[in-house]
Amino acid sequence: MIDTDGLTRVFGEITAVDELTLHVKEGEVFGFLGPNGAGKTTTVRMLASLISKSSGSATVAGYEIGDSSAELKLRRQIGLLPENVGLYEGMSAYRNLEYYGRLNRLDSTTLRKNIERLLRMMDLWEKRDLPVGTFSKGMKQKVAIARALVHDPVLLFLDEPTANLDPEAAKMVRDFILELKRDQRTIFLNTHHLDEAERICDRVGILKTRLLTVGTLEELKAQLWGTRTVVRLEHASESIVTALRARLGARKIEVSGNRLLIEVADPERENPEIAEAVLASGGRLRELTQLSPSLEEVYLRLIREEGPAA
Amino acid sequence: MRLSQAWTIALHDLVLLRTRRSVYVGLVLFPIMVAVIFPLLTRYILETATHMYPSELTSLLDAFSFWFAVGGSVLPGSIASYSIAGEKIEKSLEPLLATPSTDSEILLGKVLSAFLPTLLAIWGGAGLYMVLMDRVTGGYLGYLYYPNWEMAILLLVLSPLICLVSIEISVIISSWVTDVRSAQQISSMTFLPFVLIYVMGEAGVIPLDNPHLLEISGILAVLSLLLFSVSRKTFHREEILTRWR
Ligand SMILES: Nc1ncnc2c1ncn2[C@@H]1O[C@H](COP(=O)(O)OP(=O)(O)OP(=O)(O)O)[C@@H](O)[C@H]1O
Ligand SMILES: [Mg+2]
Repeated sequence: MIDTDGLTRVFGEITAVDELTLHVKEGEVFGFLGPNGAGKTTTVRMLASLISKSSGSATVAGYEIGDSSAELKLRRQIGLLPENVGLYEGMSAYRNLEYYGRLNRLDSTTLRKNIERLLRMMDLWEKRDLPVGTFSKGMKQKVAIARALVHDPVLLFLDEPTANLDPEAAKMVRDFILELKRDQRTIFLNTHHLDEAERICDRVGILKTRLLTVGTLEELKAQLWGTRTVVRLEHASESIVTALRARLGARKIEVSGNRLLIEVADPERENPEIAEAVLASGGRLRELTQLSPSLEEVYLRLIREEGPAA
Repeated sequence: MRLSQAWTIALHDLVLLRTRRSVYVGLVLFPIMVAVIFPLLTRYILETATHMYPSELTSLLDAFSFWFAVGGSVLPGSIASYSIAGEKIEKSLEPLLATPSTDSEILLGKVLSAFLPTLLAIWGGAGLYMVLMDRVTGGYLGYLYYPNWEMAILLLVLSPLICLVSIEISVIISSWVTDVRSAQQISSMTFLPFVLIYVMGEAGVIPLDNPHLLEISGILAVLSLLLFSVSRKTFHREEILTRWR
């Protein structure tokens, strides 16, 4: 759905996005994480063919960006929720959506049907004729997402959809995105919220001008830390630790009280071996659990390693 | 460039215009005031003046007619300021640019939404003015002074051109400033040169007869083409998203 190769954007002296090579599959929800000024918005604007690239290339929904003859067709295929909602506050939710539907050249039957479906989905159908200015921030955000969807795009860009929302409104918007996920639409989600990415996204990329890493959450976590298994015993003894070492090879094992913290490379294969080794050396197993770092740990480690923003 | 796309944008802006009372009040008030005040003034002059040559009266009428051309410079600026600086402030330009519309279509839509109501208001006002003025002066002159060629040039050539130039200037200004009010104030200044032309006409420096009006129109046509290329550069999505503040 999105394929970029060395995509770069320079503003005067500042390189906002440097050599971004990325692949987003059809139907997946891709989370694009990064600190302020990382270049997330710039990337989305380039991909939506709103601003030009400095170098590199990208195809989005089958169209080459920067090819002016394909620009309109490309934009017809995508929906964009910008950082600022930019609704017409004096107009009703219905009229706001209708305008964008017209600009996307929908016939009026389809347009009416789509607006009704979206507004019902967001529980805003009853309020369709009220001016958007009277809505709460969360409601406005939902209307703006609906606006990006009114022409049924195959690809949706959401630029920080829950920034500046209180937790309740953010949850409302997040639930809505989860609902969108069900109809197999490709979603490209810019966010600072790691828990949001964890809950919604199939894969994430971490950007800080350059793409630091990309993968599923499990891949990222494993790639950075490996994983650890915690074993709680009735009684930890030196002989059990020795048996484990013999079985697993040179693994780091920490002992604290009756708990053992064991670094493992492939938990699926190694956890049963750990259990067997414990039992064989006469230990009694109370609990065996897998520890993995949170996305937050992964994120902070990568961002810090990268040093201060360029 | 698809006219229908520009028209969708223009219609939307025209609907928004209804919510801006200050703008449409001006749009209605100015032409009506000019249309009513000048005939009243003329009637007063005719009733009180001891003696007046018909030629003096008709040159007075020509001077009055010119106000409808000046209207084209006063009125559209405030609409154009709203439709561009206003969207810039509401941040609604980015979603608009993300739709399958070209920059030219969006710009044309914005220009039309300022151009059409202004021209309609001016033509409406001028129609009313001509009817009233003919009633006031018909008996005295022995014939109906309006409609005449001068008015036709003013309404069909000069005032649309002035209107266009004024809108183009507003487009350019709207990209510089950060609020609607200053966009309006600066672009309302565009009426000054036309008032200057009017004053020079009255003073006899440039007689405002038909050949001269056509000459002024020619200059304005060139100017509007020039300004068009500038406003087209200003209203470029790359500029709007990366430089407009
Ligand atoms: N129009 C512009 N002119 C100059 N520099 C710009 C412009 N737009 C963005 N930048 C710079 O490019 C870099 C990336 O900005 P961008 O807005 O893409 O980041 P972001 O990841 O979206 O940040 P945030 O989380 O704050 O939204 C920043 O250093 C920013 O200052
Ligand atoms: Mg951003």
